[in-house]
Order: sequence, then C-alpha cells, then structure tokens
Amino acid sequence: MTMLPPSSPKKLGLVIDLDICVGCHACAVACKEWNDGGEFGPLPDENPYGREPLGVWFNRVHSYEVEPAENSKPPMTVHFPRSCLHCETPDCVTVCPTGASYKRAEDGIVLVDADKCIGCKLCSWACPYGAREYSEVRGVMQKCTLCVDRIYNESFEEIDRQPACVMACPTRARHFGDLGDPDSAVSKLVADRGGYDLMPEMGYKPVNKYLPPRPRRDGCASKAAVPLEDKVDFSTSPLLRWMDKVLSR
Amino acid sequence: MPHANLKLNEPVGDEVKTTTCYMCACRCGINVHLKDGRVRYIQGNSEHPVNKGVLCAKGSAGIMQHYSPARLSKPLLRVGERGAGEFREIEWDEALALATKWLGDIRATDPDKLAFFTGRDQSQALTSWWAQQFGTINYAAHGGFCSVNMAVAGMYTLGGSFWEFGEPDWERTKYLLMFGVAEDHDSNPIKLGLGKIKGRGAKIVAINPVRTGYAAIADEWIGIRPGSDGLFVGALIQELLIHDWIDFDYLVKYTNTHYLIVRNPGGANDGLIARDAGGNPLCWDKRSDAAQSASSIDVTPAIVGEFMLPDGRRAVPAFQLLAERFLAPEYSADAVAATCGVGAATIRRIAAEMADVAFKQEIRLPQRWTDASGRIHEEMIGRPVSMHAMRGIAAHANGFHTCRMLHTLQMLLGAIDTPGSFRYQPPYPKSVPPANRPGKSRKDNGALNAGPLGYVHAPEDLVVDANGAPRRIDKAFSWEYPLAAHGMLQSVIRNAWASDPYPIDTLFLFMANMGWNSSMNTMQTRQMLCDRDANGEYKIPHIIYSDAYSSETIAFADLVLPDTTYLERHDCISLLDRPISDADSASDAIRQPVCQPDRDVRPFQDVLLDLGVRLKLPGMVDANGAAKYPGGYAQYMVEHERAPGVGLLAGWRGKDGGKQGIGEPNPHQLEVYKANNCYWHAEVPVAGRYYKMANRDYLDWAKALGFVGSTDAIVLELYSERLQKFRRAALGHGALQPPDSERERVARYFDPLPFWYESLDSLPPQAGEGAKGGRGKFPLSAITQRPMFMYHAWGSQNVWLRQIAARNFLYLHPETAATNGVANGDWIWIESAHGRIRLQAKLHAGTAPGTVWSWNAIGKRKGAWKLEPDAPEYTKGFLLNHVIDDLLPARSDGHRYANADPVTGQAAWFDLRVRIVRDDEPSQPANTIAVAAAESAS
Repeated sequence: MTMLPPSSPKKLGLVIDLDICVGCHACAVACKEWNDGGEFGPLPDENPYGREPLGVWFNRVHSYEVEPAENSKPPMTVHFPRSCLHCETPDCVTVCPTGASYKRAEDGIVLVDADKCIGCKLCSWACPYGAREYSEVRGVMQKCTLCVDRIYNESFEEIDRQPACVMACPTRARHFGDLGDPDSAVSKLVADRGGYDLMPEMGYKPVNKYLPPRPRRDGCASKAAVPLEDKVDFSTSPLLRWMDKVLSR
Repeated sequence: MPHANLKLNEPVGDEVKTTTCYMCACRCGINVHLKDGRVRYIQGNSEHPVNKGVLCAKGSAGIMQHYSPARLSKPLLRVGERGAGEFREIEWDEALALATKWLGDIRATDPDKLAFFTGRDQSQALTSWWAQQFGTINYAAHGGFCSVNMAVAGMYTLGGSFWEFGEPDWERTKYLLMFGVAEDHDSNPIKLGLGKIKGRGAKIVAINPVRTGYAAIADEWIGIRPGSDGLFVGALIQELLIHDWIDFDYLVKYTNTHYLIVRNPGGANDGLIARDAGGNPLCWDKRSDAAQSASSIDVTPAIVGEFMLPDGRRAVPAFQLLAERFLAPEYSADAVAATCGVGAATIRRIAAEMADVAFKQEIRLPQRWTDASGRIHEEMIGRPVSMHAMRGIAAHANGFHTCRMLHTLQMLLGAIDTPGSFRYQPPYPKSVPPANRPGKSRKDNGALNAGPLGYVHAPEDLVVDANGAPRRIDKAFSWEYPLAAHGMLQSVIRNAWASDPYPIDTLFLFMANMGWNSSMNTMQTRQMLCDRDANGEYKIPHIIYSDAYSSETIAFADLVLPDTTYLERHDCISLLDRPISDADSASDAIRQPVCQPDRDVRPFQDVLLDLGVRLKLPGMVDANGAAKYPGGYAQYMVEHERAPGVGLLAGWRGKDGGKQGIGEPNPHQLEVYKANNCYWHAEVPVAGRYYKMANRDYLDWAKALGFVGSTDAIVLELYSERLQKFRRAALGHGALQPPDSERERVARYFDPLPFWYESLDSLPPQAGEGAKGGRGKFPLSAITQRPMFMYHAWGSQNVWLRQIAARNFLYLHPETAATNGVANGDWIWIESAHGRIRLQAKLHAGTAPGTVWSWNAIGKRKGAWKLEPDAPEYTKGFLLNHVIDDLLPARSDGHRYANADPVTGQAAWFDLRVRIVRDDEPSQPANTIAVAAAESAS
C-alpha cells in the first residue's frame, strides 16, 4: 500500500467552467497530443484504423441532456470534460501495492510512475471518477499529470507553463492554478461562481472544481413580458403615425 | 517514492516554426514544434489575431493528419475502369505532360471545355486567376454548396456579410441571436467570443432545431422548424414596427429607407428608385415639400406617404413598402407560430427583449468621429443587439431572402456596425454589391476579361448566350440562378454528364470530395462519373483530381496529382480571397513549409503554376515563354501584382517593406512574414471602428489600403433596386429579358424586399408529379451538421478524431421516435422522395420534435481513406446525402432546376423532407443505401 504525503498548502488543479464548455473536444485532443510525446507518453492507440479504435486519453468530454426537475427551468445540454481531479485523499494512491501511484508532496499532483506500475488496475477500481486509463499496449496505468512536464518547465516561456488543455480551450472554460491559496485567481473564481466538488460524498476531496452553468434566462426565467414602456397608440395605423415623423439626415 | 527519473524541464523539441493551420476554414496561427525532424507538437500561437493561443481539436490533431496513412505518395494514372480505384504510379513528368496535353487541346479549341472546380480551397486568389488566364468561364470553389446565401444576401444588402466578413461585437454586445449556427466559420473566434460575452452577462439566444455545441450554452434555445426562420424574423420585424421599436435616425442616415420608389404598376419604371437628371436617388423633403437628393444632409425625409414628382411620376419611400409587407397578417406572431414551431408569446417576448437592449440599454461611446459627409460626432451610439447566422439559414432554397430579412431586422434596430452590434471585418464593407462582375468574354491572349466569379449587378452582367440560355456548365449567373456569386459546384457533374448545356472535355477538381460527402444524390453522382456514351467513351472524357489524401473521389480520377499536407508548403491567406481579419483590424497570413515531404508529392499551387508554364498561359510566362515564377507559389505570392502595387499579401510591401496595402513587391516579404509569426495585421484607427460604412476615419484608412475605391458613404439597401431590375426584366421591360420559361420564377424571387416562402421541393404536387412534391408523405425535416472536431476538415482517417466519433447515428426527439414506433438504438429506414437508407437511431432530447439530424461526413465509402474493411465509418456510418435529390421536381414542361436557392444557386441541403420506416429486424446492424439509378440524359 502507498502512503499519502502530509497535506501540502499548495494544491494545483483545474477549474472547469460548465457554463461555457461547448463540448468541442479541443482540451482532450491537445492533452493527447502533448502527453503522447511528453514525459508520460506514449498514449497508445489500439486498432487505430479499424473497428473500434481505442486509445489512452487523459481527458475525455461527455455530453448529457438534462431534463429539469422543476418546470420553471429549461432542459439543458451539458458538456462535461472529465479527467483526474487530483484528490486530496485519493484511494487510488493508497491502494497501490508498489508505490507507482503517488501524490506529490509539493503540489498535490497525483502521478503514476510507469517504471513501478505492475498494471494491477487496483487504482482504477478505486477511482470513482473513471479518471484512470489502462494501456493494454504498455501494460501500465496512465492518467492526467496536470502537465507536470509543462508547468515547471524552465525551457518554456512563462506563458506556456500551463497544462495543454488550458492553453487550447477555445472558450477559455479551463483554468489552472493553486486551489490551496484562497487568494489565487482560481480560488476566487470558485468562490464567485459557486464552484463545486464532484461527488463530495465519496470523501476524496477533489482539488479540481467545476463551475456550474449560470442560470439560463429564457422565457421561463424572464420576469416581464414587455419590458419597454408602451408608448404606442394602437388606435391608428403605424403608417399614419409615421406621417408626422420629423427625421434629419 | 516519486519518480526516479522524472524530467520536468525537457524542451518540447529542437526547433519551432510558425505557420497557419489548415484543418478548417478558421486559419489559426500555430507554432509547430519539431523534434528530430518530426512534428512533435502543434500549439496555438498566443500572439495570433485569429486564435490568440487557443486551438481546436482539429488543430491539435493536425499532427495525425500530417502523418496519416491515407496520404497519397505519387502521381497516379488510372488503369482500370473509372470508379474501380485501379491505378499505376507514374512520374511527375508523365503526369504533367498528360495534363498539359489534355488542357492544351482544350485551350486551343474551346477553353470552356475545362471545368476547373476547387473545394475547400484556401488559395482562390490563385486558382480563380489561373482559370481566368486559361480562359474558362467554368471555375468556382465550394461556396455554392456551402454558404453563398449568406455571402450574397449580405453583399447585396450591406456590402459585407455574416460568414467570414463580419462578427458580433464581442467586447460590447449584450444580446446575441445565433440563427442556424452550429460549428461554423471563424470557429475559434466564435468560441472565444461566446466565452467572453457569457462572462459579461450578455444573453445568448440560439435559434436552431438542434441543441448541441453553441446552442447548449445559450440562455435560450428556440428549436425552430428548419426553413421557417424567415417567418420568425418577419414576425419579429412586425413586432418592431407595431411598437415603433425602430431606429429611424439610423435608417435615414445609413440606409435607403427614405429613397423614393416609383409606383407605376405595369410600367417599365415601377419599383425603380426615383432619380434626378443626374442619376441621384431622390427622397421627399418635408421641409421644402419637394423631392430632393436622398444623400443630402439638409433634408427632412419622409418615410411614408405617396408623392408626385415634378415629372408626374408617383413614388413612395422604400420604408412604406417595407412596412406594408411586414405589417401584413401573414407575418403576425400568431400566424407564424405553428409553422415555425415557436409560440407567439415567445416571438413577442424576443422582440421586446431585443428592443429593450437596443433602445433602453443603448451604448454611448465617448469617441469622436467624422462621418462621410464631414460632420464631426462626439460619440458613437450603439445598439448592443448582435446576430450571427450560418448554415441553418444558408442551406435552404429560401436562404437568400431569409438572410436579407435578418439584415433588415438589424437595420431597423440600428444594429449594423455600431457598438455592441454586428460589425464588419475589413476589407468590408465594400460597395453594395462589390464592383467586380464575372468575366464572360476572352481577350486576344485567350484570357477571360475578368475573374470567372463576381457580382452580377444587372441582367447585362449575366453569363448567358444570345437566347438567354446558360453559358456556364453549372448554370451559375444564368436566369435560373442569376446571383450565383460562388458558382454551383454541386451541379457540375450532373450537367457535364448530361451535356447540359454542353459536353465538357476535362473536369479538374482540387480538394473537392464530389465522389462522396460533397455531392447531393451521391450514388447517382458516382454513377455519372463512370457513365459512357453510345460510342463507349466516358461522358466526362477526362477527370484530373488533386488531393493530399485517398478520399472517395480519387477512384473516379483518370489522373491524380498528389498534394502535400498543409505543413509541407507555402500558402497565402489573402485579403483578395477570404480574409482572416477581425472587426478592429485587417489581417492576412502565409503558410510556410515546416517539414519536407517524404513522398513524391508537390504543392498543388506549384503544380498549377507549372501547368500554366507548360500551357504558356498569359501571366505565367514571360515574352520568351520562360516561367515567370520559377520559384513556384512562394515567388508568385511575393511578385505577382493584380493591379499596380496590389498583390496577394498586403503586409510589408514596397522595396524596403515600408508600405502596406499598396506598394511595389518586396523581395524580402516572405522573410518578414516568417519573422512575424506568418501574419500581417493593421489596426483600424480608433475613430474608424464603428459606422464603417459611413465613417470617414475608416474610409480614408480603407482607401489608403486599397479596400475601397472611394470614401463616399456605402448606403445599406433596405430596398434592393438591383433585384427589382431582374423582376422588371421578367415582367417584360428592358432590352435583356429572361426566356419565357424563366419569367415567372425570376419575377417571383427577385423581390426587392425580403419575403418568406416554403422550401421549393415541398410545394403542393404539380400535374403529373403524384404526391412526390407534397409534405404529407414526408412529415419530418432532416438536417445535418459537422461535429466541432471535424468541421471543414478531412478528418476521418485521423486516428485521434475518429476515436471521438467513427460513426454517426440519426438523432431524433423521444416524441418523434415514439410516434414512429422507434426505440433507442433501433436500425430503421429513413426515406425521402428520392431514396432510402438504413441507419441506426438514437434518441436525443435536444432535438426539436419533427426534425431528425445527423453528423455529416462521418460515414465513408468502403475502400477510401485507408481504413480497415470493418471500420465503423464504412459499416455503420452513413450520409444523408443519398436521400437528397440534386434536382427539384420537374416543372410542367419537364425541366428540372437544381435543388438550390433560385436567386443564388446555393444548394438547399436542409430542405430535405423524410419519413421514418421501421425495419423488421431493428437489432440487425448494417447500413444500406437504396437509390434508383440515374435517369438517362434527356
């Protein structure tokens, strides 16, 4: 079994805004591309040009149709990107028999050391979020690294020291930062927008947060039918009304 | 515990080069990282004006496209039957000699026997010029089946358009309506913008029968019935009129609202603008109670009333005609509700919300500016209601008028190029419409007098023969489709096959997958490519095709010229073609080769110039017959001048690179582009950023760059006299009139004011047609969209993208499914009047009842794209194209028009009506196509 490090003040993670995620898969493919050639790659593909092409992805996007419980709210389509949440107290680490799966003391990132992984899959059974991906080709478990090989990379410009998914996201629905620092931009975003934990009842204390869709302002939600003052004289034809208009060019 | 050898500071690669993405039409800036000579990572360029660092799924998957096993590797010569896909590899010399022989014979006899059509071409500034120099009128790219309705309706109304020529004011808009926008052009800028305006609290309304993608994050989803958007917009207009929610000041200042229109029913001048002796449009000045120049700034123009001109003509202001049209009962919210599938109360509320934002929440920007008349204004008034519209409007036979109606709605709100509204992207606005007409005669050197595509201003500009019959193979710019500004690629194969209006010799296609997802009526189209005449010769004698990949169309080519990938060549994203500008700046860009091909392939643009030299085409050879651009396209991009000082690239012109827009060629231009992230960018002066159509600060800047010919105000056309000129001809006036067979159609659809009509293929049955034309048998609308991760891309052989979706389903609302006895996952038949296909259904609550839809172009033809035989793209994916006829039901004399907009020729993909039929074995998987064979040519 593998021990968790003492809780660190620095908790790096993602904040994902479900209000503006359009489900375009940009994050998923950018992740695949970066990591396939990165320190944790390759992310092998099986049957790439045949029936049921399958591969390792650290990040996947799912789309759901949500029917409201109350009639006053409209049905919604929600796009939901899913990756490792870098939990504070994850069982995926503690179940690991070899120490391959571990949580970094310095920033809380959960990683897998492929050299130690024996492919027993206990960690993927332990993860309720389905965030771990077993590679049949490599015989090891793989998962989101929060682009640890980007975010500290001194060979990069400062602006590039972010996870690939965050940099690519075309609606800028993904944010990266220290959720252990209440004054960080991401922590403020979570506070402002009511960011929430995924399945908090499991007790794993995810570091990643999701921002809920903002309330929709459709007909169900709008207050007044006609918000403008009604200055129109309906007793006459509009054409007659416009006869008297004095306009200048 | 932790990794023993975790490396956190590894460089991405050993080299990085900037270039421009080509995975769709968005054309983002990318940084391509190379390691050991191979592409390691493609990253969005954070300095690039288009994408500002972000990159979509396709962009990141470009690496797999670049290394796709479906890449072609050598020129191919057909050895088997057409369609069999049997080729032998040949050398380039042989390939080019053969192409030169075929094309040379054509040019020596009748250049129009070459039909040169390109698909998702991003080098139309070159390809159209090449066609012009060759001398064929038969050239176009893929706009005819894409979004020409949007382009033409905009150009003939605003001198700009939705599509790629305008954008919502992402910084300031408070209310955005998106009509029929799925993933669309400007894909990343739209996504960046949506994220931004949601953060600001702007309301987004999606009018779309399908709630996916952008519609999913909208505040309000209006699941409208396909093809009825014009009625919905018409009802909004009526609400605005009834309540006086109209910016009259804007209308009389910037549009032709107050122009007097001659009222003389039956007369030759009926419906034309009343003009003075000098040709200036007139308005009725209330102060002097007399007709005055409509462009005068000292008038008090009437907008309603009937007036007698000094010469006895009677005339009414254009606004009155517009008001009469839209105050009619047929455009009331109650009248349109059932057809649109949208409640009358919702329509009224949306109109009120728009008006509230436009007038109660107006923006007053403290920005001094000078209008085209020289008056100085201390502020810019904004109506922060913006709109964007695309395929859902475009892909209907009523799309031109629906789009024009949308622009009318914008004009009434005063919401064109004001703070918070729709904004032009330079070089637009241009004159309404732009000045260039389609070429139609040949000069002594064999070249056409102008580019083959352009804007028809009046019947004289049509490309027709002495009898008024079409001269182009696709019948664009004929009386059948007079304003077909992008040509009609979707009609070329049918017409060439049927020798209608004449046989051609060579069909030359580039990057146009006409053998599959880019054709309507796909199976018959494939057959037409293989059909032989009575002598045993192919009806289309020669087919040359250039593509980088083993697409479905390859199998039909006689000669295949393999292209490079987008990372292996120079390219030019020119302001002369489809600009990548945004509302605050003009931009253009280049591609540079970031790796060398490892196959025997050549950039198509270089090949085209090489062929031009072999054919000794004007402009491509010097006086001695030697190549003018031996360095290929890269040299052409720098040295070629379209007009003195005007070339493909606007940046760093002049000998020392000090000029922009206009200036002599700069031999170091490409080096400067490469040193500047491969793009050029010029910001619009701050005082010129709104009211561009009538803003001297803008117009002076635009004129200096060569975007406009004069700094006169561009008047927006609420009323289109140009359309009326065609109607007038159809009604028997003027020297050039349509053939009798076309009169009724031209008179109906060339209405100077926008109107709504039902899609053309579902009009009541005509004589001899049986029930085929009726709606009753086919109660459902069927539409398609491209998924964001494959939009506008050759995506399916891309190993990452096909893991997101390797097959498609037919999506339908649970109610629609229940009505038809269909369960989730059932294999069913979808039937149209044209044919039937078997496919798998999936329930989707985000689909409006009464509409079914699918992802387009995921289904592939067995054998193409180097997929394995059991790939789901082949076995389970499908195309709806099979059940879309390329022709409308026959007219009473048997003539069949293209399934297209009667004004622009835009393919009416989304007019498809279908029904669902259960299969006896709904759990048995297998897609099936059943379509009748093509009728022989009449």
